[in-house]
Amino acid sequence: MSEHLLEVNQLKTHFKTETGQVTAVDGISFHIDEGETLGVVGESGCGKSVTSESILRLLNERKGNTTYEGEINYRGKDLLNVSMKEMRKIRGNEISMIFQDAMSSLNPVYTVGNQIMETIILHQNLSKKEAEQKAIDMLALTGIPSPEKRIHEYPHELSGGMKQRVMIAQALSCRPNLLIADEPTTALDVTIQSQILDLMEDLKKEYDMGIMFITHDLGVVAEICTRVIVMYLGQIVEEATVKDLFDQPLHPYTKGLIKSIPQLDGERKKDLFVIKGKVPTLNDVPKGCRFASRCSFSTDKCVEEEPPTFEHTPEHKVKCWHYKEILEKEGADFGKERTTTASH
Amino acid sequence: MEKKEPLLQVTNLKKHFPIKNSFGFTKNHVKAVDGISFELYEGETFCLVGESGCGKSTAGRTILRLTEPTEGEVIYEGKNIVDYNPKEMLNIRKKMQMMFQDPFSSLNPRKRIGTILEEPLDIHGIGKPKERTDIVMDLLNRLGFQADQYYRYPYEFSGGQRQRIGLARALIMNPDLIICDEPVSALDVSIQSQILNLLREIQDEFNLTYLFISHDLSVVRHIGDRIGVMYLGKIVETGPTDQIFQDPKHPYTKALLSAIPSPNPHRKRERIELNGEIPSPIDPPTGCAFHTRCPFAMDICKKETPKNLEVESEQFVACHLYTEEGAKEKEMTNA
Amino acid sequence: MEAAIEKTNKAQLQKEMKKQQRKLMLKRLLRSRMALTGFIILIVATIITFAAPLITSHDPLQVDPVNRLQAPSADHYFGTDDVGRDVFSRVVYGIQESMFVGLAVAFVTAILGIIFGLYSAYYNTLDHIIMRINDGLMAFPSILLAIAIMAALGPKTVNVIIALSVVYTPLIARVVRSSALVIKEQTYIEAMKSMGGSSNRIIWRHIAPNTLSPLLVQATFVFAMAIINEAMLSFLGAGIPAPEPSLGNILYDGKNVITKAWWMTLFPGLAVILITLGLNMFGDGMRDILDPHSNKSN
Repeated sequence: MSEHLLEVNQLKTHFKTETGQVTAVDGISFHIDEGETLGVVGESGCGKSVTSESILRLLNERKGNTTYEGEINYRGKDLLNVSMKEMRKIRGNEISMIFQDAMSSLNPVYTVGNQIMETIILHQNLSKKEAEQKAIDMLALTGIPSPEKRIHEYPHELSGGMKQRVMIAQALSCRPNLLIADEPTTALDVTIQSQILDLMEDLKKEYDMGIMFITHDLGVVAEICTRVIVMYLGQIVEEATVKDLFDQPLHPYTKGLIKSIPQLDGERKKDLFVIKGKVPTLNDVPKGCRFASRCSFSTDKCVEEEPPTFEHTPEHKVKCWHYKEILEKEGADFGKERTTTASH
Repeated sequence: MEKKEPLLQVTNLKKHFPIKNSFGFTKNHVKAVDGISFELYEGETFCLVGESGCGKSTAGRTILRLTEPTEGEVIYEGKNIVDYNPKEMLNIRKKMQMMFQDPFSSLNPRKRIGTILEEPLDIHGIGKPKERTDIVMDLLNRLGFQADQYYRYPYEFSGGQRQRIGLARALIMNPDLIICDEPVSALDVSIQSQILNLLREIQDEFNLTYLFISHDLSVVRHIGDRIGVMYLGKIVETGPTDQIFQDPKHPYTKALLSAIPSPNPHRKRERIELNGEIPSPIDPPTGCAFHTRCPFAMDICKKETPKNLEVESEQFVACHLYTEEGAKEKEMTNA
Repeated sequence: MEAAIEKTNKAQLQKEMKKQQRKLMLKRLLRSRMALTGFIILIVATIITFAAPLITSHDPLQVDPVNRLQAPSADHYFGTDDVGRDVFSRVVYGIQESMFVGLAVAFVTAILGIIFGLYSAYYNTLDHIIMRINDGLMAFPSILLAIAIMAALGPKTVNVIIALSVVYTPLIARVVRSSALVIKEQTYIEAMKSMGGSSNRIIWRHIAPNTLSPLLVQATFVFAMAIINEAMLSFLGAGIPAPEPSLGNILYDGKNVITKAWWMTLFPGLAVILITLGLNMFGDGMRDILDPHSNKSN
């Protein structure tokens, strides 16, 4: 069991708010291995960012504002139990994070080089000169032209794509084992996005690290991830390999998500699939299946009882009472249906 | 082929923003929109697509004269509205509306939904207050809101609902044309599909023409009849959606299409990688603006701006791969 | 029939929502200890202001040389001053005067400040002119500027209000302008333009309401500063003319006998401190309460 790089077990993250306690992440379990990219997919408010912030313990824990349950095992340590001092050693060194908003994630008053060197000096026993050389190497690695000049520039002098490269350089400067990427390409243009995705793929191979890739874009997931977890309202509703997820999604929510994106091939100008209703708020979580009110297959059982996580195959898990019947009814050709429309 | 009269015709539209130095003298210009031309026909959806900074949003704003154009003509129903005075413009504003990207900043947080929607009627002096309330209630109803939501404040709504309110505000004057500026880019996919469906339904029902501005090619493909691809303030390719997606002519369009991640793990697209980044619009490259990143660039591309040529029926491309001058050079290098 | 029902429903709904909102505001006010303390102090000061004739048994102007410089007693709670006037009555009327001047200054500066602030935020050319005048006024130390104006106008309560308004309007104008500049860039302003809304409509109906909360907070601070400055002006003899009881005047009278009659300086001094403290606490608390971001979390 312990051979996983990171193993999250029944993690719950509670927040204290003006109106009472809210559970943003509610009992999720997953693991990441070295050399794989785990996609975390879900819409805003599903708890995907809170999950990553919980792993790094970035949330405000003072005065009981955030409390955790469960465990996050990283190399034999439960990250939820280590001291803040130890946590700081892990952050940026063994587990790094890159954010969506490269613009505000870099401090505008320091040069790019300074910011990368800061991380390096913090975690590694290097002199300033060595750190500078390392920073230049890192920038070169991320494909920034003339890095020895760039390290003296300030963030505002760089374009969005360049800033994201700097962030990646900074995050990877200490050779982390795990990289958490929170929507790293969402703010970028497609041509730049494809450059960054390629870069991340190359670096993953070179460093043999695990990547947790948080995104709402299923296209990006298909492109870069090996396995995927789909989150809905603080829970994981489906876990599968990328191929399984797109060929044979089991959870009605996953199906809805895939069907609601406009396709690049197939029929145009027909109505897109719409998941009816809206996401319930965290203050008012349904007691049964959380998706029941929006699901076209829901029964009384769904409304009353929360489904457990079923193992369709060891690699493919789903949190739905009726996934078998739905599979029989709709047939196993969800993926095929889409590929046939593609040949129109 | 029948030649219809366009509803809106944009000819050589330019918008250059001055950059002033510390003494208040203009030292340079940002050429946000640098001579674009296109037509919009009644009932169609024309999409302007391009990456950030290509000038597509500025184009939309300039057409509505939210910023004054530097040069060019915007002909609406046969008249150039660039010359209109504010009073004449007020009439045009009834017929052309805009829908915005950001569902959060596009509604005044201190006004109730009803007040927000009644305001355009108030500006144009339509109806008595009571009648206005009825008009707004009807429209809200049509867009799937309940009566009590008339009295609510924007913060009580989700992003998708706010975007529908934004659409309602654009529809309230019963316009002919709506300029949609990235109306779904800030939304989650499941909400995005709702809004896209609604936009299409409403188009038929209200007989609307859309100028749809977006960076998302899959959305554009879904909703657009015709597409104009913008790069650095210029339109490099225009044509019917299917034609462009099946057979893009301009190298930039090709690269752009190949870069979209497809939500289908079996289809690995052949990617055309573009090197580098978009040059600054302050000092765009000479000749064809794309030549610095183009894998097929020739000498002539650096010197001469390519003409816009109809390469296939209704598909216009501005690229030297298709011009006579370009052909000549190709011959020379081959020989 | 149905329409009528619907209409009453609508009206009810609207009322209820307003009520809800007011409740929420009140809840926040009660929870914020700082704002509440400030609020209570202000309420007390307001009661004193209005009930001055009821709570005082002595005429603040009546001279009684026999009983001069008496220590606080059951008859004279705060003692008497160097000409035998009741210090308690004088402080109470002084508070009344200060509250009046402070409120008037806050009101006038708020009105002028919002006009100057909004128009200079909206029109670029106007901005240059108004803001340069503003900078000029703000370059003077406020008390010196006030004294200069008072010297020109002569010591009178109205003139104190005028002088202090001139001094503090730039402050409010700046605050309004800076928040208006942010709001001006919001998409809903552009939406208004795209629908043909006139400049005045945009300025007054859309930008102005959104600048009200910072304006209100700043006006509270101006209120406090006006009270201090009024006391200062009167203390220096450039404020409210002498026999009138104003906190500054009482302090001035007490200055000469401070070693013999500490009560003459302590009580008016305390009054100034408490009222300004209350105003500042209230203002700070209001800033948190009125912040639209805290609205969202509900």
